[in-house]
Amino acid sequence: MMFARKRVTAFAALAVAAAVALSGCASTGGDDGAGDGGDGNLAITFLPKNLGNPYFDTSSKGGKAAVEEFGGTFAEVGPAEATPDAQVSYINTATQQGVGALVVSANDPKAICDALNEARDGGVKVVTFDSDTNPECRDVFINQADSEGIAKVQVDQIAEQIGGAGEIAILSASANATNQNAWIDLMKEYLASDYPDITLVETVYGDDDDQTSFDKTAALLQTHPNLKGIISPTTVGIAAAARYLSTSDYKGKVALTGLGTPNQMREYVEDGTVTSFALWNPEDLGYLAAFAAQALIEGDITGKKGDTFTAGDLGEYTVGDDGVVLLGDPFVFNADNIGEFDF
Amino acid sequence: MTTAIPVSSMTKRLSALGRAREFGILLALALVIIAATTNNSNFLFSPDGWRDLLLTPSILVLVAVGQAIVLITRNVDLSVGSVMGLTAYLTGRLFIDVPGIPIVIVVVAAVVFGALLGLINGALVAFAKVPAMVITLGTLYAYRGINVLWTGSDRVNASDMPKDFLALGTGQLVGIPILTIVALIVLAGAAWYMKNTRGGREYYAIGSDPAAAELYGLRVTRRVLTAFVVSGALAGLAGVFYAARYGTINSQAGAGWELDAVGAAVIGGVAITGGIGSVWGAAIGAVLLLTINRALPILGIPDFWQRAVVGLLIIGAIVLDRVLAVRQKRRLIEARDKS
Amino acid sequence: MTAATTTATTRVIRDFDKPLWRRVLLTREMAIVALLVLVVIVSASTVRGFGQPITLTYLLLDIAPILLIALPMTLVMITGEIDLSVGSMVGLSSVVTGALVQGGIPFEVAALAALLVGLVGGAFNGFLVTVVGLPSLAVTIGTLALFRGLAVGLLGTAAVTEFPEFWTDLAKAKLAGTTIPVVMIPFLLLLVGFILLLHYTPFGRGVYAIGLSKDAARFSGVHVERTKFILFVLSGVVAAFAGVFYTLRYGSARGDNATGLELQVIAAVVLGGVSVFGGRGKIYGVVAAALLIGSLASALRLMNVTSDVINIITGALLVVSVVAASFLAWLQKTRRRPGRPSTGATPTAS
Repeated sequence: MMFARKRVTAFAALAVAAAVALSGCASTGGDDGAGDGGDGNLAITFLPKNLGNPYFDTSSKGGKAAVEEFGGTFAEVGPAEATPDAQVSYINTATQQGVGALVVSANDPKAICDALNEARDGGVKVVTFDSDTNPECRDVFINQADSEGIAKVQVDQIAEQIGGAGEIAILSASANATNQNAWIDLMKEYLASDYPDITLVETVYGDDDDQTSFDKTAALLQTHPNLKGIISPTTVGIAAAARYLSTSDYKGKVALTGLGTPNQMREYVEDGTVTSFALWNPEDLGYLAAFAAQALIEGDITGKKGDTFTAGDLGEYTVGDDGVVLLGDPFVFNADNIGEFDF
Repeated sequence: MTTAIPVSSMTKRLSALGRAREFGILLALALVIIAATTNNSNFLFSPDGWRDLLLTPSILVLVAVGQAIVLITRNVDLSVGSVMGLTAYLTGRLFIDVPGIPIVIVVVAAVVFGALLGLINGALVAFAKVPAMVITLGTLYAYRGINVLWTGSDRVNASDMPKDFLALGTGQLVGIPILTIVALIVLAGAAWYMKNTRGGREYYAIGSDPAAAELYGLRVTRRVLTAFVVSGALAGLAGVFYAARYGTINSQAGAGWELDAVGAAVIGGVAITGGIGSVWGAAIGAVLLLTINRALPILGIPDFWQRAVVGLLIIGAIVLDRVLAVRQKRRLIEARDKS
Repeated sequence: MTAATTTATTRVIRDFDKPLWRRVLLTREMAIVALLVLVVIVSASTVRGFGQPITLTYLLLDIAPILLIALPMTLVMITGEIDLSVGSMVGLSSVVTGALVQGGIPFEVAALAALLVGLVGGAFNGFLVTVVGLPSLAVTIGTLALFRGLAVGLLGTAAVTEFPEFWTDLAKAKLAGTTIPVVMIPFLLLLVGFILLLHYTPFGRGVYAIGLSKDAARFSGVHVERTKFILFVLSGVVAAFAGVFYTLRYGSARGDNATGLELQVIAAVVLGGVSVFGGRGKIYGVVAAALLIGSLASALRLMNVTSDVINIITGALLVVSVVAASFLAWLQKTRRRPGRPSTGATPTAS
């Protein structure tokens, strides 16, 4: 009895293995040759750092508008938390689905490289935007503004608001985010060269999560009683910090600036917690990225320096060094102009 | 025959107090606060510091109390974090979709919703006789998934909610945050129920020996069901608190809180095997946990180590419980042998 | 004599009544296997992109950590214990690997150090459960927090992403000519090892015995404490190995890695027929269940179903499978069986 049962069990195990192996070795069966993206496959998938982030909601909105303009199909996927490994599964899925292009804002410059290169081997074009990867893993990078410009505008604003001297801190997003680290390094350089009387006491990471950023702001204020200013180069961070500041004793005493969206920051500019902050238009960023993806798919550009393409309403753009395309300059929002924007 | 040394009732009460687990953690809490305050007096003596000290734990206190009740019946509820997230989002949604809705209605709706979610857990555990750990593991997944599905990529922003609701989150009454007062009232009510009513004592009985409780005629099914409903309801209330305090609610609200709740209860003296512990202990455990969390950066320890500290505390607590239990058993056996 | 019949005797007596095909095919494990085959066939024919060779690669790479850890977890749960700290151990071993590599240590040494950490962690769990005598649920909730805390404490929220290409390529390499990832080789070796251990050695029979009745096992000469200790150590080491693989596969060592993995492992184990009360379960059921969950998730992702819905389905599957098992057991208990040898005693529920 036992013996017979073991034989049947072994057979069952073999059946499982066979079923699994069959799906692996079968090269047909259901897919309509959607294995590679060729010319004309305008299925574009946006993969931001994480979902549920208003900044990326806006950029995806722009991307969707662009995709509809040139007649492709738009999809947005992403993890709930801004971690590098979470993005890998979505990249793999996009490879399996055989999309035309993947538009990614990377949580880490290197971790998703292998997955991206596998996608490119399968014919998927890869455009990074907002936060880059190493240049060898993608075709084109859409940079919202010159990194130096972004760092400079924030440092200048905080310096102005605290009177040129004092302690400041930085509330960043996630510790590995390429763009964050690029900007923070440039900020430190700029502080050292132009504002020797300002000391950067600490950099904390809110992981682009609202509650974490809120709690980190509270901790910062408590640990550094002489803090005079906070720079938060992330829209989730600055919104959470503003919310904490506006109900605390430090409102008005500790300056806050950084990169924020007008809609989120409007009430804090109006109640005096924040004097000014900067950003660009994320909608334009997504729009441009989608058009760059289309240009790549249709073979108009390959990412080489000097390639040009048209991005719908935004006009013509040229690819620069290292496959980087620049959107424009950062824009400063304050009480005077914040009523004019809706994003 | 042993001569009994007459001991005054005051001494007896003090020594019982001293032995009480709750006193031990209260002492630990005091030590942490003293250490942090000597390093930076803002921790306690600034208006923000005092407010945060009392306000931040009040949400966890609610969840820990509910968890304690469930643990005492020898079950566990791992889904409270997801329940909290769902009710927090419901709160935000109600304010957005039904403009002008009175705050009281929203609070009641959240609590009832939480109770319903707890009822599902309780029904599966009590009627299907399936281990609570497995059921609540499944509902942890399922409820969180429903939360994310419902939220989509939206989130509730602080600006979407009425000002007076948010004011509840940070407002104070005679210097004590409103949320803390509510949490204390709930805590006192739960503690009184558990200690002084028959229903409360029955939870302890069921946790100590379910088979005996059944044979004795206690309505085990009903009690277990109620325990989960209470846990869900309290998690629902905690969701409202969360919305008032933080203002912004995304699909990840409350993630991971179930472990903090279990940890707080265990540190507070509630045994995982049931039948032992009190809701006071769980509440103090919750305050201790979160205060340590906030004190770490002040003491110069990067708050990345907070989780490790919590883990050490939990293990320390259960080892201590075990050592004490073994010692007490030995003492009882000795007493029995001597008499 | 109306001595209560033991569960084992009752089961054997009942089994003799049923023909072979019913005994084998109507088991819980075979139901999962059948479901798996069904899901694979349906997905391959209806879901665009599923029926490609690369699907199998990604599927196996995704669930490899779960498959690996489910093996010792099965044995742990058969003895009636549980190990909730495995996800945190994956994270910790990932961080140890990353931190050492970042500090200049060659990868091979770092990986071995990570395995050592797994051994120590597992031994710590085992010590607290067997020597101090604490319930494993409480202990492993504590070590879940402790290991995760150490992992996050060591690296903060930064991730180490520089690893030697040889190893990251190896982690994703495939066996010659097929699309099966190389990591399946260590998995299959471990699988065979655990099957032999559980079903063909006295140690394995001891595991079942402990699950059915700790005291009866002890009186039968099974070293209960030693067995459990060894199982926790195995759990720790395998989790550490899975952590090293995870790091290479995703190219990122971060304190947060594999958060929540323990729930996925337990879901696979319980779905695969292992009873939470201990005493029953088969490894092939667990493997089939893990593959089932993975295939479902893979197919759903290809249909752009978001991972939250996938989580709902996993959670619901877990609940339904356990409730169904409980319901079936209740059915069996109350159903009248003619021709049963009367011992005068009512059979206890299995």
